[in-house]
Amino acid sequence: MKSKKIPCETIYFSIFRSVTFIGVGILLLTLILLFVSGYSVIDLGFLTKNWQHRDITQGGIFPAILGSFYLGLGVIVVSFPLGIGTAIFLTEYSKNSLLKRIIQLAIRNLSGVPSIAYGLFGLVVFVNLLSFGTSLLSAILTLSFMTMPWIITASVEAFESVPQKFRESSLALGATHWQTTRKIVLPVAITGSITGGIIGIARAVGETAPLIMVGATFYLSNLPSSPLDKFMALPYHTFILATQHSSPYANTYAAGTALVLIILTFLLSLGAIFLRFHYRRKKDW
Amino acid sequence: MVNLSMNKITITTRKLNIWYNGLQALKNVDIELPENQITAFIGASGSGKSTFLRSLNRMIDIIPNAKIEGEILFNGENILSQDTDVVALRRKIGMVFQNPTPFPKSIFDNIAYGLEIQGIKKESSGFWKIFNNKKNNSIELEKSQHSIDIAVVKSLKEAALWEEVKDRLRQSAFRLSGGQQQRLCIARTLAVKPEILLLDEPCSELDPISTRKIEELLMLLKENYTIFIVTHNLHQAKRISNYVGFFHLGELIEFGKTKDIFENPHQFITSEYVRGDFG
Amino acid sequence: MNSNSKALYFSENIPKWIFGFIAIFTVAILSGIFIFLLISGLGTFKEIGIGEFLFGADWNPNAFDTPAWGIFSSAVGTAMISLLALFIVVPFGLSIAIYLSEIASPRTREILKPLVEMIASIPTVVLGFLGLLFLAPFIARIFHLSNGLNALTASILVAVAALPTIASICEDALSCVSQRFREASLALGATQWATIKKIVIPAAKSGLIAGIMLGLGRVIGETMIVLMVAGNSRAFPYSLLDAVRPMTANIAIEIKEVVVGSLHWQSLFMIGFVLFIMTFVINFLADILIHKKSL
Repeated sequence: MKSKKIPCETIYFSIFRSVTFIGVGILLLTLILLFVSGYSVIDLGFLTKNWQHRDITQGGIFPAILGSFYLGLGVIVVSFPLGIGTAIFLTEYSKNSLLKRIIQLAIRNLSGVPSIAYGLFGLVVFVNLLSFGTSLLSAILTLSFMTMPWIITASVEAFESVPQKFRESSLALGATHWQTTRKIVLPVAITGSITGGIIGIARAVGETAPLIMVGATFYLSNLPSSPLDKFMALPYHTFILATQHSSPYANTYAAGTALVLIILTFLLSLGAIFLRFHYRRKKDW
Repeated sequence: MVNLSMNKITITTRKLNIWYNGLQALKNVDIELPENQITAFIGASGSGKSTFLRSLNRMIDIIPNAKIEGEILFNGENILSQDTDVVALRRKIGMVFQNPTPFPKSIFDNIAYGLEIQGIKKESSGFWKIFNNKKNNSIELEKSQHSIDIAVVKSLKEAALWEEVKDRLRQSAFRLSGGQQQRLCIARTLAVKPEILLLDEPCSELDPISTRKIEELLMLLKENYTIFIVTHNLHQAKRISNYVGFFHLGELIEFGKTKDIFENPHQFITSEYVRGDFG
Repeated sequence: MNSNSKALYFSENIPKWIFGFIAIFTVAILSGIFIFLLISGLGTFKEIGIGEFLFGADWNPNAFDTPAWGIFSSAVGTAMISLLALFIVVPFGLSIAIYLSEIASPRTREILKPLVEMIASIPTVVLGFLGLLFLAPFIARIFHLSNGLNALTASILVAVAALPTIASICEDALSCVSQRFREASLALGATQWATIKKIVIPAAKSGLIAGIMLGLGRVIGETMIVLMVAGNSRAFPYSLLDAVRPMTANIAIEIKEVVVGSLHWQSLFMIGFVLFIMTFVINFLADILIHKKSL
């Protein structure tokens, strides 16, 4: 029997294939468009100089880069331990009770709540209630709580995927619960946690809406020296340049800033992808 | 009770009852188990034999919603009491599982693990690991005086695995075949110097040759250890065990010398099972 | 055997208490979001009727004589953009999901799936910016408008932002369908496409719906894109080419200029609370669909 080409199927499949490549092409398109719009301003000075308000062509975005860096670092420092610690408790130390399932459900769904809701939360609690004001600290804390549900969910998945038989064998050898968690489970699950964490950080660093409310500024003369200082950040910087600045070069500089930002988030994402890939290769059970 | 006057008794259970989620898995088990013998526990699926085994080293504890009543006496003490040091208990009563489970570590580290958790440090740990001259050479290792090295060599030899792995101790344990992995798990358990070895259907996932090797190993080990093995394989029970306990629907139906159970059982249902009429 | 019991008790329980404390602390804060938004926003209804709030078409808190507090126009703006974005992105996302799960070779899938997921790491401010620079003028030219800042432009970009979510979750749903079903269908002489259409997709139905719902949650909550390209008009939108100001943008625009604790402040928090509840409920329902077996 000769095989007939089914035209219907071929058409559909080509459509699906093309759509996928278009989708991936969006990534490339974004980079290209940004590059085309902003390459002219990017040089070493752009990356290292301080921001000049009067004539933006004389300045650079170093404060924004530094601010975003501090932000990312701060979010890691706050959300990783709290997030992974919560995940350890949920998977290793709590019985499979209804309460635990409710908590996990709540946390999973909190990661779908829009960032602006977290921004409002940060405004009420960190900026006003705790009087941290619009500062690096408020922004770090707000973004940390935005990132935490994501880290917790990724970590719980990673811990739960460690086969139960490893824990059993360890306990049967006379290890304590904590020894088992620390020496057997954690080394295996930590990669998944970190991968999730990196993706969370990439998102946090790219967020603008919460920063509008709790943190970043555009008019800054000094670099932040303490967490309670005001700071600049790449996404907010891009936003202001793109929408509220009057200079004729604003768009070009916005593009340059956006390019730096997107390279940062892409690098983080690629790092996470690579980590996940490498880990899957190594896993031999 | 069976006359065990020729053997010392190591474990006694009295009115042992276990429930999972309200369903009774073990009913009123009274038994006296001999030292330095191989005792096999046989019975159909769900008969309670694995449950019984797991109660002996308190692995039942990790199952949520499990309830135990009764007494298990080991060396005169009731190990079900609240202030039993379960961790120390599990070193004295070791367990090997059905599905070979080496840790995702090297062969050496798998065996060293049981000692590490007791606080015995590896020769060089932490940062200096990079600089240490790990004794990769098996001859060097045999000569080493470090307690972990000694234990690793000894256990691997006891488990009849040394010759096969001595030159690849730093490789991942997953590179071993199923039978070798299971012998590794036995070696790992031996390294913590238990008195009793519990084995829960250790050969059911292995090929006949690996099974044979493990059976021979167990028969050698009984000189120095007490062995309790749960098995589905009646031929295996006949081959290697000295005593047999037959479980059915959660009750211990009969317990005695292997010869007696297989050739002259007292209970009708025992004879049905050992004849293969059900299972 | 009882001598080390005390040491054991502590070495077992200290980690448990530490992690328990961390967990409680974290969960408390996270549930605080609900509480704080509610508390900050509740005062709204002391002065404004719920009916007026939800269904009034005029939002003009700073009007001199009669301030208006209706979020209806804003809500319609949110709805327009969300539905249009979904309308665009669902076929796209499903196509990608089908391709990756059923058609592409494992090697291709290994490379392409992470790349699609990487779209999620494009900061939305960048998407909004590119929309301002390129898409809006383009739309303006096609439809002969003075500028392209309207619901349509915003919907297209929001669709891009939601694409990785939908593609990824739907792809997971399709992949999870047991291979046995496909084999049985093919063995009966069905084509691959027929198998996908009649066996795989129906089997993955709940996961696919969940993916779409999560996409909906995503588009409802989008702020930056709509802030930059949706046009920012408080008037009631009658067509997709009208400028709109969705609820998220409304909050972002006005929050910096309100007096803390004023009615305006409270009303903005109420809008935030409404958004929180909407997205949380949508996520919750989608989550139930995904975890149907384990619940």
